[in-house]
Amino acid sequence: MKNWLSTIQQNKRLQAIIIGLYIVVTFLSLYLAQKSVVAFLLLLSSLLLLYFTTFSNRVKWLIGGFVLVVLLPFAASQGEAYQSYMEVATLVGIYIAMALGLNIVVGLAGLLDLGFVAFFALGAYTYGIFATSQANNFMPFGQYPLSGESFWVFIFIGCLVAALFGVLLGIPVLRVKGDYLAIVTLGFGEIIRIIFNNLDKPVNITNGAMGLASVQPPRLFGIDFMYPSQFYYIVLVILIAVIFAVRRLEFSKIGRAWKAVRENEIAAQAMGIHLVRTKLMAFAVGASFSGMMGVVFAAKQTFVDPTSFTLLESITILVMVILGGMGSVPGVILGAALVTILNLQVLTELTNWLNQLSLNGVINVPDALSPAKMQRFIFGIILIFFALYRPQGLLPAKNPAFDEDELKNTEGNLVNTSVQKEATQHVHLDR
Amino acid sequence: MINEVLHTLPQVLIDGLTLGAVYAIVALGYTMVYGILELINFAHGEIFMTGAFVGTAILLTFAGVGWMASMPAVVALILVLIITSVVTGLLGMGIERVAYRPLRNAPKLITLITAIGISFLLQDIVRFIAELKKGNYILTGPSLFSGQIGIKASSVWSGFNDASVKSSFFIVIVVAVIMMVTLDFFINKTKWGMAMRAVAQDRETAALMTVNVNKVIALTFFIGSALGGATGVLFAIQYGTIDPYIGFILGLKAFTAAVLGGIGNIRGAMFGGVLLGVLEMFAAANLPVISNGILGAEYKDVFAFAILIIVLIFKPEGLFGKVSVEKV
Repeated sequence: MKNWLSTIQQNKRLQAIIIGLYIVVTFLSLYLAQKSVVAFLLLLSSLLLLYFTTFSNRVKWLIGGFVLVVLLPFAASQGEAYQSYMEVATLVGIYIAMALGLNIVVGLAGLLDLGFVAFFALGAYTYGIFATSQANNFMPFGQYPLSGESFWVFIFIGCLVAALFGVLLGIPVLRVKGDYLAIVTLGFGEIIRIIFNNLDKPVNITNGAMGLASVQPPRLFGIDFMYPSQFYYIVLVILIAVIFAVRRLEFSKIGRAWKAVRENEIAAQAMGIHLVRTKLMAFAVGASFSGMMGVVFAAKQTFVDPTSFTLLESITILVMVILGGMGSVPGVILGAALVTILNLQVLTELTNWLNQLSLNGVINVPDALSPAKMQRFIFGIILIFFALYRPQGLLPAKNPAFDEDELKNTEGNLVNTSVQKEATQHVHLDR
Repeated sequence: MINEVLHTLPQVLIDGLTLGAVYAIVALGYTMVYGILELINFAHGEIFMTGAFVGTAILLTFAGVGWMASMPAVVALILVLIITSVVTGLLGMGIERVAYRPLRNAPKLITLITAIGISFLLQDIVRFIAELKKGNYILTGPSLFSGQIGIKASSVWSGFNDASVKSSFFIVIVVAVIMMVTLDFFINKTKWGMAMRAVAQDRETAALMTVNVNKVIALTFFIGSALGGATGVLFAIQYGTIDPYIGFILGLKAFTAAVLGGIGNIRGAMFGGVLLGVLEMFAAANLPVISNGILGAEYKDVFAFAILIIVLIFKPEGLFGKVSVEKV
């Protein structure tokens, strides 16, 4: 087995054949099978396979992009379950972006944020309020709802609002550290939810527990984006931008500063890193991804209410980060995809299947045991198991390793040193 | 406006004291564990919740077998309190053994993540069992001590309105005071209490002085969880309806109380709990009055969190805590 793997690892042509075959087979099975969740998931997991190949990054991106942009929507569009597949894929994208945002705060900067969904809520409400007639209640000027064309601007506004609140929250909160920070952010998450829930009086801003209904769909060149298959492309574009940004940030000056703060605050400070500014930056950047996706979420659901932004959501995003690996971008993407698919597809399918079995009288599963209700149980198990036995997650974070000799030989010259191999990076949250 | 606030004051004080007593005892669990391990035991709120469910289950069983009629309510209460506290105490010890001990030298946030996991797990297990047995996870226990007693506060001063008290109020207060006094005695006057204080001060040195650190930590978890579980029973008796999610918010507020009193400080936690309970009830009753109806009573949770955030930022050592200096 090991020999096999190593031969495959050395032979690029073999890899190309394997991944090509895999993609073709899963594509055909999704194309031909009218409604098959398994084929859909297998086609998605070709991306994971692609990650393990030794192709250059550019090739990986090209193949991955081709699968996501062309193959997946095309294969899925043949069956009647097209929209529900695209719905899942869209939500996976939204959660990946949020998990990447939280990854900056928890994984890179080492600040445990348990109220992360608050920023998502801020983004969603920012668009929700102005894209419904709700804004007429308190805005003295302008006609609301704004047309769907404003959606594209609101992606940036949502981003800015969330980042602003990230900073506003950060300024007082970052004076406490470690586990206190976790509690305070948790409190903040709850406060935001309670406020949104009650901000219908004295001035009706959020419409309270009733929520905001019929949010305007986005519009581009006269086309309304109504279906998940259309939102899929919006999410994909934003997601690629987010992944690109995160990758660049991780190895930039600020990214290294985040890691330094995570490893040891005092040592980082001694090396001249401005603690407050670095932490605020992490909060703001993490929050802004979340706010952006909040806007998309509001437009996709066409309905915003406070029940979508509970603590369970915050913990779900945390589970994604822990499962995938703190600080590791591919890991977090994998974790987010796994948890979202588990939530949306696997649990509901299992529940349906069990219900079917109980109906046929094969086995009798009580309603209390239905897997769709077991989210907390499953998340609890994942958190405990990974914290105890695999704190580095499924795909651990890696640091680029530099060849010392090569660096010394090119004295003084700013030469791009090639990254030889990737060394494993150990995530130490502050002790 | 001040008149209105004064009118409701007696009732607010009574309700606040009841709630405050509950907060105080739950806060003890947080503060004991924090004092000894420097760990926020996130699952403590869930242990409180489990206690409420175990107690209600025992009471329901008693009522089902028909023992309730044959023994006085106080005896039933004492029996339930003892059984529940043993059960939750063992549960707390088990959690420490399985989830916290292997991580004692791991980074703090990893332990915190396990604690969140434990708390989710407990919520769902309790929900599952309750739903399986009763068909619904929101339970209402048999009502003990439900008599109402009127207090003629208006005879003391005409500005007060009359208040009414459930007779379970006295039970809650009496049991809470007994538990707190016993704990205070135990910590300050007995050998095991001394061992606990020693471990809290310096684990390694205590170990050198032949203190069995693992045993002391297990004992701390047992006592804290037993108190939490017993408080759960009191809560169920006082407020009647329980569900698996009560532990979370209540735990958070009890933690606020512990921070308010200075975390790690036992008497501080008691004081902080009572203070927070009274403040919260005061806010719930008077926020709409003071703000002319702009802020509803729903903001009482926001109020509690705001206290937490303000205390952490401006006086992180709490009202009675010691300032600690961070060393490299």
